[in-house]
Amino acid sequence: MAILSKDEAQALLKKVLTYTTADECEASLRGRTSGNIRYARNSVSTAGAQDSVSLAVEARFGKRSGIATCNEFDEATLRRCVQRAEEIARLAPESPEYVPLLGPQTYLSPPSAATTTLTPALRAQAAADSMNLCAAKNLTSAGFLDGGTSFRAMRNSKGLEAYQQSTNTEFSVTVRTADGRGSGYAIADVTDPAKLNTKALTQRAADKATGSVNAKAIEPGKYTVILEPAALVASDDLSLLGGLVGGLDARSADEGRSFMTKKGGGNRKGEKLFDERINIYSDPLNAEVPGNAFDGDGLPTQRMSWVEKGVVKNMYYSRYWAEKNKVAPTAYPNGFIMTGGTQSTADLIKGTAKGILVTRLWYIREVDPQTLLYTGLTRDGTFYIENGAIKFPIKNLRFNESPIIMLNNIEAIGRPVRLAGCLVPPLKIRDFTFTSLSDAI
Amino acid sequence: MNRRDFVGLTGLATGALWLPNFPSLAGNLVDPAQLLEPGLDVAAKKRLADVALNAAKAAGATYADIRIQRTLNQSVFTREKQVQGIASIESLGVGIRVIANGTWGFASTNNVTDAGIAKTAQQAVAIAKANSKVQKEPVKLAPQRGYGDVAWKTPIEKNAFEVPIKEKADLLLAANATALANGASFVNSALFQVNEQKYFASTDGSYIDQDIHRIYPTFGVTVVDRASGKFRSRQSLSSPMGMGYEYLTPKAADKVAGPTGSDVIGYKNSYDILEDAARAAKQTKQKLTCKSVVPGKYDLILDPHHLGLTIHESVGHPTELDRVLGYEANFAGTSFATLEWRKKNIPYGSKNVTIVADKLQPNSLGAVGYDDEGVKTKEWTIIDQGKLIDYQKIRDQAAIVGQSASDGCCYSQSWRDVQFQRMANISLRPSATKRSVDELVSGVDKGIYIAGNGSFSIDQQRYNSQFGGQVFYAIEKGKITEMLEDVAYQTNTLEFWGACQGSCDASDYRFAGFFNDGKGQPSQSSAVSHGSATTRFNGVNVINTARKIG
Repeated sequence: MAILSKDEAQALLKKVLTYTTADECEASLRGRTSGNIRYARNSVSTAGAQDSVSLAVEARFGKRSGIATCNEFDEATLRRCVQRAEEIARLAPESPEYVPLLGPQTYLSPPSAATTTLTPALRAQAAADSMNLCAAKNLTSAGFLDGGTSFRAMRNSKGLEAYQQSTNTEFSVTVRTADGRGSGYAIADVTDPAKLNTKALTQRAADKATGSVNAKAIEPGKYTVILEPAALVASDDLSLLGGLVGGLDARSADEGRSFMTKKGGGNRKGEKLFDERINIYSDPLNAEVPGNAFDGDGLPTQRMSWVEKGVVKNMYYSRYWAEKNKVAPTAYPNGFIMTGGTQSTADLIKGTAKGILVTRLWYIREVDPQTLLYTGLTRDGTFYIENGAIKFPIKNLRFNESPIIMLNNIEAIGRPVRLAGCLVPPLKIRDFTFTSLSDAI
Repeated sequence: MNRRDFVGLTGLATGALWLPNFPSLAGNLVDPAQLLEPGLDVAAKKRLADVALNAAKAAGATYADIRIQRTLNQSVFTREKQVQGIASIESLGVGIRVIANGTWGFASTNNVTDAGIAKTAQQAVAIAKANSKVQKEPVKLAPQRGYGDVAWKTPIEKNAFEVPIKEKADLLLAANATALANGASFVNSALFQVNEQKYFASTDGSYIDQDIHRIYPTFGVTVVDRASGKFRSRQSLSSPMGMGYEYLTPKAADKVAGPTGSDVIGYKNSYDILEDAARAAKQTKQKLTCKSVVPGKYDLILDPHHLGLTIHESVGHPTELDRVLGYEANFAGTSFATLEWRKKNIPYGSKNVTIVADKLQPNSLGAVGYDDEGVKTKEWTIIDQGKLIDYQKIRDQAAIVGQSASDGCCYSQSWRDVQFQRMANISLRPSATKRSVDELVSGVDKGIYIAGNGSFSIDQQRYNSQFGGQVFYAIEKGKITEMLEDVAYQTNTLEFWGACQGSCDASDYRFAGFFNDGKGQPSQSSAVSHGSATTRFNGVNVINTARKIG
């Protein structure tokens, strides 16, 4: 039941809309069927499956709006859900930020490329491949595999119809040496689970773990760093690039409370804030990271440039803020792409006289929204580079750095890889600021 | 803590770009009146529980438990003069956990019927049997006697769900108006209320009916100086509490003044949102023009609202036994305080540091009668005068550390998710001898008083941390002199607690609470409080966080 076809979903939504007497009404369906397996100490700890679908109905009377949801779809429940949305709307205050529902829209068709369904047996095998590799080498693995298929559908009284199905699987593994003196990490997310190789990823994490034993302490300070993609974006935590791109919100900048605020008023759209090699865009049609065709308002997504040659080309405008400022609204993208070159991380290391290779950054938190200053720590594989080669592992370090400063200190940009629904290259950055040492392994 | 807490209310814009505007799968948005309807009666729940336990045993389980849970959530969001949103959410379902072939299995459903529950119990057993093929060590469950039919309820005075939404929205709008009248450029405020109606039954013979309430009023104030492009913010000094709406009726006895010259008021078991909103606006204006801190070593005087977060990160998490053993290695991390480290008798802190875990403290977020595997809750000591003496553990962990009983700190965020070890309330004992906050400050030659928790970050083994705050005051020669900005301190957990010089007495003791502490994969949220009195730490490294961007 969790995954409805386009026809099934629209038929259900069409029926829901016949039950309303509201001025405007929008009905949305969301469903996901997925499964996960979690392991630690080379043994499975939990495994679960999720199979759910939910309907949301938004009813509007003038500028008053109410939303109700349900997850059963018999006629009585559907009618009750619509009725509840209407009751909530009648009680709600008028919204000063009201914008009418959208009418019919034209949507792109992002590719959906899953060729394999991740069954419980496949999940167990994928986990076993990882655990067995570590057990054989006297290493300890802890990992998580979660994947499934989702769909979203919308329909409203103004004639909007939208539907999209997507698949996603993410796997991450932390490998530690038996004595706890070394730790390594690898992560990947894919649209097609057939492309996932947990054994190869675990080998990468295992190499980092064994290579990081006997880490030396270095003095905190400014260093040239090579940040691998897992140090730049994350699906389960804040990240340097995610925080930057996610913060390109016009309203908060116009209100004066963002790093994008312009002195004297307004925002910094159109200004060159970064090195001219920085280009960031979103593209729902990208084959490697297919995106959402529409956002929560039903607005169609399209290829959108956020940063071009270091210049902020676009900012996010909600429908309300766009109308107020007489500009086009921006659909929420669900990922972004940073362009790069052809060099792998290994190539970047070869071209580095002195520097630090960072596998992953962790517990990143905003310190100052005015400058987008973040703090956080290296984790699971930090190495000193000398004369184009990794010389020795180093102890983990805390950084205090702003991605705005970081993207002005670009030395080299590598080949983008997919991570956390984004395409991101490894970056070589000069003068990255580390402020203290950590004993954590 | 996870994103939902740290994003805060003034930072809503940052990160908002990726938030979907779609229905959540966590529960159903309903008419607020539905939240007042009674759920299933106890007799019906007991009958359904027996369906699950019998089905699980028939399928081959050697142990089974079921949680029949109805969770109610209501949130009210406002900004400046407008109500932005009201959400009333109801979620009902059952989670069934079993041991078969010495291995855990779990399944859940929102089909709360005999057939749905029996099928889910069978699924849980099937998952356990499937996983047992790759399981290396069978689960050893600490014995637990059944309690028969028992009940527990958060001792609330006023059920927040019975308060009309208009009254709640009006209170938030009044707080906003007060902040705006005192110079705020923007103010966001919110009220979150939770009621977990949780029925637990197990093959041990327990049938436990609990009614758990939590509340969290909060706001964020921002002042903008358009000419310079500079802005500053201050979050509320409220705490989420295990209380009803009575938390929002201010009582003079619950207000605790900070040191003379600081203009800080902390709150115990009731909160004056109007007073705090006015003070927040005034302090935020001051933050725009006050002196930027000179980095260096300072003696820190930390108020309980601030210190609660430091306790959470540097004692609460590293003493969770699942982290110690490596079960969280791939996400939240492990712990420096391993079983081997404990044997070395290295001090965790100075003699002034006694820290207790507690699932009983009245008004705390962690207070329940029984945990989510049917263990009666208790208080126990984690650090005794600077020495680590115990961890936080649940039934399948006790044997690993040579103990025979759980500490009663097992929790699941919903019927949908499997229960696992979560943090109890972890609190620093106040001074047994009388000591005021002014007395604490009077002994400091060069220091900083920090009130309110702010930015926070700590490594995956809980050694190196960095904490900000909401307001900062310079201390010179025993007196508060002026407000400071751009303050954060960096420390190592053992150095920090080793530098603890003692706290104020119990009259200054109060909670800092966290509504959404995240752990596990898939990540689950839990709520926890940390009590302390204002405390002094000597010689802590303070950095200046001001930067310039192009």
